[in-house]
This record gives sequence, C-alpha cells and structure tokens, in this order.
Amino acid sequence: MTEFAGWSMPLRYGSETAEHNAVRSAAALFDLSHMGEIAVTGPAAGEALDYAVCGWPSALAPGRARYTMLCAPDGGVLDDLVIYRQEADRFLVVANAANTDVVLGELRRRCAGAVVHDETEATGLVSIQGPDAAGILARVTDLPLAEMRYYAGAYGTAGGGLAWVARTGYTGEDGFEIFCAAGDAERVWARLEEAARHAGTSLPAAGLAARDTLRLEAGMPLYGNELGPDVTPYEAGLGRVVRLDKPGDFVGRAALARRAAEGPRRTLIGLVAKSRRVPRHGYAVLSGSAEVGVVTSGAPSPTLGAPIAMAYVRAGTTGPFGIDVRGKAEPAEPAELPFYDRRKQR
Amino acid sequence: MSVPAELHYTEEHEWVAIEGDTASVGITDYAAQSLGDVVYVSLPAAGAAVTAGEPCGEVESTKSVSDLYSPVDGEVVEVNEELDDDPGLVNAEPYGAGWMFRVRIPAGPGGETALPAGLLTAAEYEELTKSAG
Repeated sequence: MTEFAGWSMPLRYGSETAEHNAVRSAAALFDLSHMGEIAVTGPAAGEALDYAVCGWPSALAPGRARYTMLCAPDGGVLDDLVIYRQEADRFLVVANAANTDVVLGELRRRCAGAVVHDETEATGLVSIQGPDAAGILARVTDLPLAEMRYYAGAYGTAGGGLAWVARTGYTGEDGFEIFCAAGDAERVWARLEEAARHAGTSLPAAGLAARDTLRLEAGMPLYGNELGPDVTPYEAGLGRVVRLDKPGDFVGRAALARRAAEGPRRTLIGLVAKSRRVPRHGYAVLSGSAEVGVVTSGAPSPTLGAPIAMAYVRAGTTGPFGIDVRGKAEPAEPAELPFYDRRKQR
Repeated sequence: MSVPAELHYTEEHEWVAIEGDTASVGITDYAAQSLGDVVYVSLPAAGAAVTAGEPCGEVESTKSVSDLYSPVDGEVVEVNEELDDDPGLVNAEPYGAGWMFRVRIPAGPGGETALPAGLLTAAEYEELTKSAG
C-alpha cells in the first residue's frame, strides 16, 4: 500500500509485471475511486467549460468524451482531464486525485452561469482494461458494448446498479470505466470477478505500479511528471488539445496562441535504453557530454522487454542520447511515442 | 514473509549463509517483496574485492533501484549468472535460486573465519522489519 493524494492505495496486489501483462493479454481490474469527479450542469454548462478549459466541450455530442486540459492564464497546465458529455446539460469532469481541489476551485471561478458540484466522495470508479474487458463486462451490463465507440459513454446498469459506463482508460488498451455510486463499487467489482470466472478468464486486480507502466508504454503523460504548471500542452506534444479555433475567449488563450506561434523550446521524446539499467524520473539526458534534458518518467517495459523513458529535451536535439544513470552515461535510442500501440500489434 | 533461522542478516536487508570460508549473499524475502518485481541485478565481477558495508551492485525493480551492499570483506568467487536471464528468481526464491554472489572470507589471526561484527541474527532481523512496518 502507498500514500497517494490522500488515499491509501495498493502499489501492487501481487506481481506488478503480471498485472501489467494481464491488461495487455486479457484483462484486469483497477479501483480508481480516488479520481476526482466534478459535475458541471445547466443550460450554459458547455459554454462555461469552453471558457474554463483549452478544449471545446460544447462541441461534444452527448455520449462522447474528450481528453483536455485546465490551463493557467500563462498557458501552464493545472491538470489534464477527461470530460464526458453525459447529457446535453450535464458534463462530468474527471480530474487527477492530487488536483481535484485545484480543478474544483478553478471551475467554480471560471464557470459562471453553470452549477459546479464535487461528486468525488459519492462516486466509485471501477475500471476494467484489456482485450477481454468488453466480453466480461457484457455479462453484467444491459448496454450494447459493441456499439460503444472509444471515448464514448452511456448510462446503463452495471453489476446490478445504475452506472455511467465509458469506453475510456489510461492503459493504451481497450477497456471501460464504470462510474457508480460509491456504495455500489464493491458489488460492481465482485460481479465483474464473477463474470470473468464464468467466462473462464482470469481478471486480476491491478495496482498503481502497473497503471504507471501501462500508461508509459502508451505514451500517455502523467501530471507531475510530464505535465505541470511550468509546462505548456505544446511542449508535451499535446498541442492538438488546445482549440484555438473555438469561438470566444478562454483562460490561457493569449499565452497559448503565442506559444503555438513560437514553437516549443523543449519537446517530449521517447527513449529506449540500450542497457538494462532503468532511467528514472529526474535523471539527466545527455547528448555527448552535454546535458540536454531530463527524464520525466522511466520504467522497465514488460511489453518491450527493455527500460523505456519519456524525457524533455531542448528543441532540435537529435542525439545520439545518453542517460546519466547515477553517474554513468548509458546509451538510449529515441523512439516514436507511443512505445506501444495496440492497433499495430493485432 | 520468511526469515530462515540459520542465516545471518544485515540492516540493509541482505542475508548471508556461511559454509566454511565462503559466504553466500542474497537479499531477504522482505526486501524482495518491498521492491516488487526485480528486473535487473548488477553484481560484482568474480575476482573483485568487496568490503563489508560498501555498495557492490544494484537491484532494479519496476519502481525503484537499490544499492546492493556486501555484508562481508573478501574476494568474490562466484556470481549467480542465472539472474541475468531471470531476475525474477530473486522474488520467487530469495534464499534459494535467487542468491546473488559468493565471497571467500580471509581467515582471521587464529585461522578461523572472521565474520564482521554487526551481522544480525534471524530474530534480530525479524524485529527490524517489524519496527519498519
């Protein structure tokens, strides 16, 4: 168990490598009830969110979801979010646990004319991820999952209660997130385990360690590592989430427009280590003997069988790269992100 | 979590088994469980001199890297090359197939095998891990 944003959470249930591999090859369960859920409701909710975040929530069709960011006036990232348009007048904003209070405060300030309500404590979140997820979940929901697109969601029954079921995740794999009443979460979990048993599939629980290596292989940023108030979405390679083409002003627009025109001063790259020593958060990235950047996340990749890392390097640096692993330069090769793309594997 | 009674231990979570003038060294079950899946073990070379309490290698797991300390003075006579292909042996059998290296301990003035002061008994080590939570 580990302390995580005020929650006590399992780093691993058994072997984190086995948990990781289960998601890639079959399915696994995550308890994500620590995530922040904030509802923004009312006829003006869409326009209010358009001002609050850098994406374009009002352009979402009901039942669809989008990855977006909450930025500061200077363009720095305060949190990365998934926003679901659950109904025409209701949006669910999912925030990182450590940032929920910040997001809630900013949304309350920024969303004039809409109702902002923190539903974190009342909401349980169970995530089932992996190629077998749909087959298992289908046994305990009335929703036609085959019709559900990636980054879409719908209300239905799941595990015996009403839930918002969405085809989203943070693993680079197919999967679903089940937002239910906090008191229903244990039953949803148990019903999914039972469904997996009946299907003859294993469905282990997976902890934070596997979640981290899965998202790293999928090239997905983690707030506090790749993202922070001193980083703009452009530097993180996520300029596409900034909708400068949407009408009206939004917090950070002027600064972000400037950053977009300038081009980023540093860029996020992927690195695959050529040695077995693992690059870790904070290690220096070298080009020759010069320090050109820093590792933001690094871990042994179970899927690639080698240590991988994401790092910020000065724009235009091409390598060959090394990583200062506790005083010794270890060679690393740049790799296109994501390291793992399920559409290319199957 | 197992702490075999016949072994010696260090505060850095290594175990030591003495047979004649040779000490076999590995990390404890407690250490292996705390680290999580071990993915790489960097060991001293055979022939290298090691000093009690000094780092002589590294243990990499998913979430962290730890120094490996030699519990004894002496010359490395053998390293566990199996770990190169299967570092998971450290998790699976920390006191068996997951052993790391063997050291020949120089004889003391009276010809006896000299163990460094400060090694812990199984009971003392168990106490240490309990107080660490």
